[in-house]
Amino acid sequence: MFPTPIERTSPGVRIVYKIALPIALILWLLPLIAVAVTSIRSAGDITAGNYWGWPTSFNLLENYTAVFTKSPIGQYILNSFKVTIPTVIFTLVLSCMTGFALGIYRFRSNLIIFFIFVAGNFIPFQILMVPVRDLSINLGVYNTSWALILFHTAFQTGFCTLFMRNFIRALPYELIEAARVEGVSEIRIFWYVVLPLMRPAIAALAVLIFTFIWNDYFWATVLTQSAETQPVTAGLYSLNGQWVAAWHLVSAGSIIAALPPVLMFFLMQKHFIAGLTLGAVK
Amino acid sequence: MSSLAAYWKANQLRLTPWLFLAPGMFMFAVYVIIPIFQSFSISLYDWDGLGARTFIGFDNYVELTDDEAFYTSLKNNVIWLLLYLLAIPAGLFVALFLNQTVTGIRLYKSLFFFPFVISQVVVGLVFAWFYDPSYGLMNVVLGLFGVEPIAVLADERFVTYGIIAAGLWPQTAYCMILYLTGLNAVDPEQIEAGRLDNAKGWRMLWYVILPQLKPATFIAIVVTVIGALRSFDLISIMTDGGPYGTSRVLAFYMYEQAFSEYGFRMGYGAAIAVVLFLIMMIYIAYFLRRMWREETEGL
Repeated sequence: MFPTPIERTSPGVRIVYKIALPIALILWLLPLIAVAVTSIRSAGDITAGNYWGWPTSFNLLENYTAVFTKSPIGQYILNSFKVTIPTVIFTLVLSCMTGFALGIYRFRSNLIIFFIFVAGNFIPFQILMVPVRDLSINLGVYNTSWALILFHTAFQTGFCTLFMRNFIRALPYELIEAARVEGVSEIRIFWYVVLPLMRPAIAALAVLIFTFIWNDYFWATVLTQSAETQPVTAGLYSLNGQWVAAWHLVSAGSIIAALPPVLMFFLMQKHFIAGLTLGAVK
Repeated sequence: MSSLAAYWKANQLRLTPWLFLAPGMFMFAVYVIIPIFQSFSISLYDWDGLGARTFIGFDNYVELTDDEAFYTSLKNNVIWLLLYLLAIPAGLFVALFLNQTVTGIRLYKSLFFFPFVISQVVVGLVFAWFYDPSYGLMNVVLGLFGVEPIAVLADERFVTYGIIAAGLWPQTAYCMILYLTGLNAVDPEQIEAGRLDNAKGWRMLWYVILPQLKPATFIAIVVTVIGALRSFDLISIMTDGGPYGTSRVLAFYMYEQAFSEYGFRMGYGAAIAVVLFLIMMIYIAYFLRRMWREETEGL
C-alpha cells in the first residue's frame, strides 16, 4: 500500500494524522457547512448580518416550510423527478440493447458504431443547442418534460453504451456459446443469459444517470422556461433572483435541491463509484 | 414454417445485432449526430430562430475574427483549461492523504467526494456567497488579517479565477476518487520491491506508483479537459458572464448570442459553437486514437 500505512509509522505521526483528518474534512466542506447552518438561521440573523456567529435561534422547520409554501420548489422537485426517472429507465433499456449488440456480435461496422457512441459523449452541448431546441419545438414537446427526457435519453445512451459494452465484453463468452449449442435463440440469450448478469452494471448506471440528469442545468434552461415544467436546478436559479437578501431561504432551497442525488449516492455508493471510475484500473 | 420465420432462423446471427442497435442508434442519430451537421449549416446563415434564413456564407466567422468578446471568451477558455488541470495533482494529493485504513476512513472518503455529487448550481450559489464582499466567509477571514474586502465576482481581474476555484472543488473530488480506485489496484509486490531498493516518498511516488496510476491519470485528464471546455453552469449562476462580459467563455458566449435579450442570433451562436467543437475535436481525436489502438491490439 502507498503511502506507508499509518499503523506502521511512529505514534507521533499517527496522532497527527488522526487530528488532521477531521480538520481537513471540515475545511474541505466548509462552504457546505456554512450553507447548512444558514438554512436554519432566522431572518433576523440575516438582516443583522449574523452570518458566521452562533444562530440566535434555530428555525429549521420554519425555513424549510417557508421554502415550500412561498415558492414553487415542490413543483420544481416534482418536475425534476418527472424528467429524471423516465430518462434513467429509457437510457438503461436502450443501452442494454446496444451494449449487447456491440459486446457479443462480431461484424464489420461494430467498432465504428461503438466509437461514434463514445465520441458523442465528448462534444460540447452548444453545438447541439440550436438544432435540438428547434427539433423540440417541431415535435411539439418544447417546454415539457418530454423535451428533456428525449434529449437526455439519446445523449446518455452514448456513455451507457460504452459502459455496457465493456461490461458485457468481460463476461465469459463460453456462456453464450453453450446456450447457442443448446439451440437457444439470440433474443432468449439476451433475456435469460446476459441480462441477469448485467445487474451490477445496470445499478451503477442507474445511480450515475440519475445524478447527471438531476444536476443538469444547461438543457433545463434551453428546453424549458416556465415554473410548471422547469426542473429544480433551473428553478433554484430563478428563486435566487427573487430572494435577493433572503439567504436563509436560498440555502434551504439549495439543500432541498441537493438532497435526492446525495441520498442516492450514500445508498448506492459502491455502484456509483464503480460507474464513475470505469477505466481507471486496467 | 412460413418463409419469414425460416429467413429469420437462417440469418439470426446476422440480424440480431442490428435489431438491438436500431432504437439506440436512431435516438443518437436524431439528437446528437445530425444536430452537429445542422449546426455547421446554421452557422452559414443569418437567422433569428423564427423568420426566414439568409445565406451569408462565412460572414459569421469573419465577424468572429473582429469580435472583442470572442477573444475574451477564448482567452478565458485557455485559462480555464490550464487551471482546471490543477484538479489532477490536487486530487492525487487528497487521494494519497486518504489512502489509509484507519477506522471511519470510508466515511471520510465519501464525504470528501461530496462536492461532486451536488449540482453545479448549488456549488455556484455556495461560492457566490462565500465571495460576497460584505459578509462572505472569505472576506470575513481576510478581515481578520486586516485585508480590505475583495469583491471577487465584481472585479475583472479576479472574476474568472474565482469561478475556476469554485469549479476545482468538485473536479478535485472527482480526480480523487479516480486515484483512490487506482491506488487500490497498485501492485503491493512492486512497492515492496521499491522499498527494498530504498525508494521512499517522492521517488517511490514518481518511479513506482505513478506509472501504475497511468490509466487513472488518463481518465482524469480526459474528464478534466472536457469539464473545463464545457464550463457553463458556474458562469451562468455566479456572474452571468459579467462584469462587462469579462468572465465569459465560448460555451457561455454562444448561449448568450443565440438566446440573448437583444434578439436571437442563431447563426452567429452556431459559428461560436463550431469553433468550440473544433477545439474539442482535438481532444476527442486524441482520446479515440488511444482507445482505437487498445481495441485493435487483440485482433
